[in-house]
Amino acid sequence: MHAIRLPPATAISAPFWSGLCERRLRLQRCSDRGHWVFYPRRHCPRCAATALDWHEVSGQGRLLSYTIARVPPLPEFTGPEPVVLAVVELDEGVHLNTNLVDVAPEAIAIGMRVAPVFVPALDHAGSAAMRLCFAARAETQCVRKTARPARVVSADPGGQLR
Amino acid sequence: MSAAAAALARPGLRGNAAIVGRAQYRPERYATAPRMFHLEQVADLAGLALRDAGLELQDLDGLCIGGAYFHEAAAFVPAMVAEYLGVGLHFAEVVDLGGAGAVGMVWRAAAAIELGLCQAVLCVQPARLAPLAPGEDPQAMARAMRYGGHSTAFGAPEAEFDIPYGHIGQNTGYGLIAQRYGALYGYDPRAAAKVVVDQRSSALANPEAIFHGQPLTIEEVLASRVVADPLHLLEIVMPVAGGAAVIVAAPELARRCHHRPVFVTGCGEQLAHKSPSYAPEMTTTPIGPASARAFAMAGCTPGDVHLAAIYDCYSITVLLTLEDAGFCGRGEALRFVREHDLTFRGDFPLNTHGGQLSFGQAGAAGGFSQVIEAADQIAGRAGERQLARCDLAYVSGTGGVMSEQGALLLRGG
Repeated sequence: MHAIRLPPATAISAPFWSGLCERRLRLQRCSDRGHWVFYPRRHCPRCAATALDWHEVSGQGRLLSYTIARVPPLPEFTGPEPVVLAVVELDEGVHLNTNLVDVAPEAIAIGMRVAPVFVPALDHAGSAAMRLCFAARAETQCVRKTARPARVVSADPGGQLR
Repeated sequence: MSAAAAALARPGLRGNAAIVGRAQYRPERYATAPRMFHLEQVADLAGLALRDAGLELQDLDGLCIGGAYFHEAAAFVPAMVAEYLGVGLHFAEVVDLGGAGAVGMVWRAAAAIELGLCQAVLCVQPARLAPLAPGEDPQAMARAMRYGGHSTAFGAPEAEFDIPYGHIGQNTGYGLIAQRYGALYGYDPRAAAKVVVDQRSSALANPEAIFHGQPLTIEEVLASRVVADPLHLLEIVMPVAGGAAVIVAAPELARRCHHRPVFVTGCGEQLAHKSPSYAPEMTTTPIGPASARAFAMAGCTPGDVHLAAIYDCYSITVLLTLEDAGFCGRGEALRFVREHDLTFRGDFPLNTHGGQLSFGQAGAAGGFSQVIEAADQIAGRAGERQLARCDLAYVSGTGGVMSEQGALLLRGG
């Protein structure tokens, strides 16, 4: 298993990635109509507005789908356990491609609540960065309303994918 | 309103242009297939398809060609091809729709002909490897294709938001769709495998298929390794070397060709998301609106069709196309497959050439196998697997991960 190397952020996407480094999830929202936008863009794909602001969100969401990549999609994802690829819908309605971590395959259920896990990675220059992964949300967290991002920390401080 | 007046009132193709000739390399394993420059393949396939139709090189005045990954040029491909062939073109189009390219080329050719721009269009997709340059690293191409259809360019959203999570290529994308389909509607691995097995049964009657002579059972499909849950290896196409071409011609030319003309009477195309993850619902695929437009244009319904030639990169692609194109209802595809014999002998002939799952997927030319089988069945040229009656065929094309999809309705003249 190797640390995942991220590509350079663009001028538009940089706030997203710098937020992850602070264990915060920030999304764009169009100023006029409040549409949430992901991935970062220069306009809102729903109403074409170009006035977009960044807002911190909790990262709570639900699992839309997942698959276990029994053949590693890339050499970096080779490890003792296959990587779990997932699509998550945040409570704000946007979808993102991600990985599920800290979860046994038999415990995964499509539709389950998930919470963010900030997994250490490397940026293009080799400096510390974060990827936005998700884990099943514990029952206690399911009822807790929090304005702050849930800081679920991976049980693997080395940041290696499980 | 009379039927003729109703047809005139409908937007789209009039159904005047016809597929009149075709050529398709026999699918071969990359390691043993001949290497040819793409220009050579285009010229070879054009010659074969023109001869099949009974036309001459100088009859050609239109071109649709896949431009992505063209070996000898990254740009200005049509002019290079026209010059190499030795023809003048009134219509030249590079089509960049992945596996939906064959369907996309055929309707563009038909539309150009109906507009009066040209009279005979070569639709062509080379898919054999090119010869290695002296000193060229034979592994370079494999490395370049490491990310599949995903762009690693600076600024490409998928480079930032897909690749770092291993969301690349096709297997996991289709796995995600199939998993969600199963969660919403239930999943029956045996029925999904039956799609492959019924198509293999037809492939046993197609000497050109890469898996000709190799019978297959549901148990064998389910015993093959899972690549990305729930997809087994044998539910996934095998990439092969190949290439294909068809000639689409105006009616006055079509009348003097060798075979029954296959008129392009309906078409539709739909694309909105490269990654289906961003679609509102990933199990509701673009082939739905594309097919609805094609059927409306052709003035027919799924129940009228004698052959369904459905792009089959994966079993799940077929299942969702059966539903979204309207051959069965939402959530009913697995039951539909269980209840119908999908072979050329059956009550719902599907991909009678074996589908790409048994014929082999020759890169972006894979979708031509569906177009050509539909044309061959309509023209009565399908040999041992010829349907007793085939006047109307539905053809679908799919690129990426349900990223771009297109549909055709083809009718015998």
